[in-house]
This record gives sequence, structure tokens and C-alpha cells, in this order.
Amino acid sequence: MIGRLLPVIIFLGLGILLAAGLKIADHKTELPSPLIGKQMPEFALPILGREETIVTNEDLVGEPFLLNAWASWCPTCRVEHPVITDLARSGKIRVVGLNYKDEKADAQAWLARFGDPYDLTITDISGRTAIDFGVYAAPESFLIDSNGTIVFKQIGMMTPEVIETEILPRLEQWSKSP
Amino acid sequence: MIPEIGQVTLMGALLISLAMGILPLIGAYTGNQRLMKVGQTGAIAQVFLVGGAFIMLTWAFVVQDFSVEYVARNSSAALPLIYRYTAVWGSHEGSFLLWELVLCLWTVAVALLSSKLPDNFRARTLGVLGLLSSGFLMFIIFTSNPFTRLIPSAVDGLDLNPLLQDPGMIIHPPILYIGYVGFAVSFAFAVAALLGQRVDREWVRWSRPWTHIAWAFLTLGIALGSWWAYYELGWGGWWFWDPVENASFMPWIVATALIHSQAVTEKRGAFQNWTLILAITTFSLCLLGTFLVRSGVLTSVHAFAADPTRGVFILTYLFVVVGGTLLLFAIRAPAMVRGSDFAGMSRETLILVNNLLLVVMAAMVLTGTLYPLLLDALNAGKISVGPPYFGTLFAMLLVPIALLLPLGFHARWQADKLKRLAGELALPAVVAVVGGIVTAVFLPSAGLWGIFGVAGAFWIMASCLVYYRNRLAARTGNRPSRSETGMILAHFGVGLFMVGASLTNPTSEEKHLRMEAGDSFELSGYNFIFEGTRMVRGPNYVADEGELLVYKNGERVASMYPQKRRYNNGQVMTEAALDAGLTRDLYVGLGEPLDETGTAWAIRLYHKPFIRFIWIGALLMMAGGFLAASDKRYRRAIAKQPARNSGMAEAPA
Repeated sequence: MIGRLLPVIIFLGLGILLAAGLKIADHKTELPSPLIGKQMPEFALPILGREETIVTNEDLVGEPFLLNAWASWCPTCRVEHPVITDLARSGKIRVVGLNYKDEKADAQAWLARFGDPYDLTITDISGRTAIDFGVYAAPESFLIDSNGTIVFKQIGMMTPEVIETEILPRLEQWSKSP
Repeated sequence: MIPEIGQVTLMGALLISLAMGILPLIGAYTGNQRLMKVGQTGAIAQVFLVGGAFIMLTWAFVVQDFSVEYVARNSSAALPLIYRYTAVWGSHEGSFLLWELVLCLWTVAVALLSSKLPDNFRARTLGVLGLLSSGFLMFIIFTSNPFTRLIPSAVDGLDLNPLLQDPGMIIHPPILYIGYVGFAVSFAFAVAALLGQRVDREWVRWSRPWTHIAWAFLTLGIALGSWWAYYELGWGGWWFWDPVENASFMPWIVATALIHSQAVTEKRGAFQNWTLILAITTFSLCLLGTFLVRSGVLTSVHAFAADPTRGVFILTYLFVVVGGTLLLFAIRAPAMVRGSDFAGMSRETLILVNNLLLVVMAAMVLTGTLYPLLLDALNAGKISVGPPYFGTLFAMLLVPIALLLPLGFHARWQADKLKRLAGELALPAVVAVVGGIVTAVFLPSAGLWGIFGVAGAFWIMASCLVYYRNRLAARTGNRPSRSETGMILAHFGVGLFMVGASLTNPTSEEKHLRMEAGDSFELSGYNFIFEGTRMVRGPNYVADEGELLVYKNGERVASMYPQKRRYNNGQVMTEAALDAGLTRDLYVGLGEPLDETGTAWAIRLYHKPFIRFIWIGALLMMAGGFLAASDKRYRRAIAKQPARNSGMAEAPA
């Protein structure tokens, strides 16, 4: 009888391991970007529409902001655009665009057509700064605190839920304990 | 509206599957004919409902209904029509719907083709299949509904993962699933036999053709997956011991053991319990594979859709199905079924050894796949187990398997003489030695493993030919049956596979280069001239396309056009260029531009000898499986009157 129970016993051991694995997977599904908790990478890039002005990472330190990587060739960016616009209009946070691997004319036409919620848009034609930020597809958004530290990264489309659960609570916390 | 109908259809299918899973089992227990009949009608109704839901989801893709979340996530306005069909199974929800549809198709096939089986056995088999189906339908409806609406609707979709925008992806998942899910049938037969305490050889004979067909499909599915990874992932490898690949390989190994064990049980009455437990294990490993791929427990390049909350459901399902069945096995398994005796030197013994080796191999793959998880669970750190572990152990286990394999089918049932076997296998042994020497002389780069691999492959293939020649030449007895021909074909395929597997890796050459337009490079006697790149535009991507002209001895042998694609959703994909040949593949991958002007590029060149043998071997194995399944014997066996209930296995026929 013991011999015949052996398969069940082996299976139970395996099952417990898998259940444990599932518990671990719960924590690790959102593989944190290695940049989270680190300073944003250095860059010096022109501003879209004011190309003679160069903005650097240091210029942006001082107040929290949301860096939104977008491109005119990216359909999802268009889908998330109203969400970004609403957030920018609410005045709760400064929103900075990172125009990524795009053409200047296309980018400006896109903003003219769908509205420009960005305080300023950094132009990253080569995509090098985006790589430093770890962007592997547009859109991606980074929440950066007043010290210039990346605290949260949204891969893919920004949604009202993410703003509600990830971004606004952090802003509230910061405004309480500056 | 149609997505809502689809959802209701699925709920209807769930009710039917529940009826099908419960009523026939009660009927078989109480001997109620009408309840038993629910199995057949249920199977037919179920396939129509699930098939209908599948068509409705396909429809949502074809008409680009981005108000359905699943469509919005996995398609886009620019997606070519053909990929809108395949996008249906491009991600989690649709994959499961396909899984379920395939299960329904197998179930209805059993319902329609099993009319000659005893009513209660048939009812139990269909009941078990119904229960399996109801679990999957619950999973789909409660955790992964493909028809969920997206409100507000999306303007455009996120597009299908570019990796999946490929012809190989059109057929790979369905074929693989047909194989995977097909083992649900062998599983259901085994459970039905346990439930009805049918400890005889009949049920094994009924189950054999189903097992063969499922195995053949799984073989093809794995081969297609390997081929797809080879040309689409752009790394030039054909097997990566990735958890998802292992997930399909483990059931394959155990199913291979099952096929052999079934042969012994059917022919000789021995190994009843082996056959039962292997049938259960094969399907359990299919479920485990599904769990591993879909739960996010293991990270893998293939895990396109992972979600731990769904993992809980699949794990529960796994517990109920596998735990319950193993418990049933513990209670009901025949105490001591003695088939006819066999000697130490007999086909039975050799198949037993083969089965042990295969089970050890499966356990080795399972351990390697789950080991990182175990360490993680014990907080002992994160590691990954890779080719050094798997490759070494696999090769070590393949040595005894390859050596014993020809003995297995040359040996006679019950008892044989080593001397007779040695006489029959002398010629193959000579061929093997010659093959090894030829390889060592003409292809010294093959190394020790390569040389012995080729020798082993020749040993197997020559034994196959000798066996078949002897069978054809035999004055007495029948001509070889389809079963036998299929068996020889499949084993010959193992030999071809071994040629490819042992030669490709050691003799491949690869170079990662910086090339500017006009540069040339010589690799393995082929001169590659880089002509530069140009922009090309696809339906939903733009690409840099390189052009390379390949010369051998001054003659042009190929023009190759590798691409680096940027899809509209921003994902970047390498599309390797291939020039395939029986004895070698040329393979070119386009890397990154290395200067601002785009004249210099990172380029990878590969020369891969004999890689086609790997897939040709797999195709022969598959063909062998189908051929064996089509043997007359199974049709005749089923046509026999079911009244003959042989009870315990008796004397050999």
C-alpha cells in the first residue's frame, strides 16, 4: 500500500513547492526596474519647439514630476494621451514629455492635433537617453521625486487606476512630509 | 453584441460539461443506460458551443472590435488579416479557449469513434473528459474571460507581440495543444479502467491509437516550436532548455515511455501498473506545463502572459485532478497483475530498462526546471539552471538509451539469446564503427561527443534497416504491419535526430562582426559580402534590411536579407535571414547600427551544419506515430464484440 501511495506523496511535495512558488510569484511579478530608487540618468537635450534651449537632468531637480516617454508613431501613446492630459490639467504634478525616436515635425503635428499637456518636451531623437532610462517601448512613464530619484515606473499605457493607486498617494505623502 | 453571445455560449458549454462529467459516471455506476448516453450527446453539444465561442472571438479580431479588451491588447488596425486569425491564441485568454476547444474536439472524436467499446467503459471515459473540460471552462469564465469589454473602447489596439507575427506561430500552438490535450484521452481511458476495475489488456489496446496520435502531434508541435525559436528568436540555437520548452518536453518523454509500456501491456499483459501510472503522469505533466507557463512562477522568454492569481486556480485544478487520480490509483490499482513471465534477456526487460531511463530523464528535466523555484522558496537565492546541467545529463542518459535501443526491437518477447541478437546486430555495429571513424577523419571538429553521437546514430539507423530487411525477407509470418513499420520509422527518426543534435553544436561556426557596406568575410568556406542596408516598410513596421551576397568557390550561392524591424508599438525585432540546406544552414542576423550614418552594422554570421537533421528526425518520429495509430489491428480490435471480458490478463495470445 505504501508503495502505491508513493506517487501521491511525491505529487503532494511537488504541489507544496508549486504553491510556495505561486506565493513568491505574487511578489515578483512586477520586476522592479533596476533604476527604481536611483537618480535619474544624466542627459542634456534640446526642448521641442525651442531647440536652442538645452535642458539637463539637473534642471529638472527640485520638484516632483512625471516623465512620459512618447512618440508620434506610437498608437498606444494616443490612447493614453487623454489620461496624461487630465493629470497635467489637474495641476497636481508637473508633466514632462520625452519625445522618443521621433521626427520633430511629426511630434509637433501630433501635439497640435491631440493637445500639448507637457510643461516641456525633451527631444531624444537618437533614443539614447530613453535607453539610459530603461525604456524599451513607448509609452513608459517615470515618477521622479524632488531629489531627482526615480520612484515608480509604469511600463506601457498610463491608466487612471495607476494614477489613483501609484502616483497620487505618493504625491500626498510628499506634500505631508516635505 | 457578439462578444456577449460568446460569453453566454461558454456558460452553456460549462453546464453541458458538468452534466457530461457527472451523469454518465452515475449511469456507469448504477447501470443506467440513459444516463450513460449523456456522454455522447454532451460531447457533441459541447464542441458546437465551444467552437461557436471560438468563432465569435475570431470574428471580434477580424472586424477589429477594439471594445473587447483581449482584442485591443493583442491586435491593431494595421495588423495583417492572417495574423488577426492567429492573434486569437496570441495571449492567455485565447490560448485557453483554444486549449478547451481542442479538448472538446478530442472528446467528440472519442464519443464518435468508441461505439464498439462497452457502454459503461465508454461512459466513464467521456465522463472523465467532461469533468476535465468543466474545470477548464470554469477557469476561462471566472479568471480569463476573452470576451471582457473595454470601456471606454480603445481607438486602436496595442498590437500583437511581434515575436508571434510569424507563419510558424500560425500552426505551432494549435499543433502543440492537440498533442498536449490528446493525452487527456489516454488519461481518461486509464481513469475509466481504474474506476471500472478493468484490469485487463483490452482497455490498453483501445487507448493505444489515441496515445500514438497525441504523441505524434506533440512531437510535431515541439519540433515546430524548436524551428520557430531557431529562426525567429534570432540566436541561431534550436533548443534552449527554457522552462516553457521543458514544459512540453517532459510530457513527451513520459509519453514515449507510455507508448512502450502500453505495447508490453497489450501484447504480454505485463506492466499494467506502469501503463496506468505513466498515462496519469503524462497528462499531469501537461497540466503542470500549463501551470508553469501561465502562472508566472518561472520566468521564461516564452511566458507571454503570466498572472499569479490564475496560477492559484490552475494549481487547485492540478491538485484535484492529479491528486484525486493518484489516490484512486493507490486504492484501485490491481494488487499484483502478473503478465506472462519473461526472462532477463527479453524485449520486456529491455523496454522496462528503457522506461526507467526515460522516467529518470523526465525527472532530471523536472528537477532542473523547478530547482530555481525550490531555492527561491527556501530563500536560498535566485539562480537559473541552464544548458550545462540539462545538456550534460541529457547526453549522459542518451548514451545507454542509444546503446540499448536496437536491442529493444530486435529482441524477442519473453526470452531471447544474446548470441542470436549479437548475430543480428553485428552488421549495425560495424556500420556504427565505420560511421564514427568517417566522422573523426572528415569532420574532426565534431569532437568526441560528435563522433560517438554519429556512431550511435548509425548503430540505430542500421539496426532499423536490418530489422526491416529481415522482416521483409522472412518466409513465415505476416508482412510487417503498419505498427511495425511505424515503429521502425520512428526509431530511424531518432537516429537522424541524433546525427543533427550531435554534429550541429560542435561544428557550427559563428562570428559577430562590424561590417560596412562593401566589407566581406569568409566563414567556413563561404564568403559573405555586405552590400549595405535599406529601409523597407511592412504593414505595421519599418525595417532596416541588410543585403548579403554569399559566394562559395567564386560562385554565388545565396542572397540573404536579414531585417531589424521596428513595429508601430515600438518593439524592435530581429528577423534573421536563412539559407537552408540539407547538410548546412547559413544564418545571418542584423544587429545594431554602429555609426550615425548607418553604414556600419553589427552582423552575426552562422554556419550550422546538419541542423535540418534534427527536425527531419522529429518529422519521421511523428510519421511513425501516425502510421502505427492507423494499424488495422486497432480497428479490428474495437470492432470485436465487447461482451468478451477477459478479466485478469491470462496466457499470452
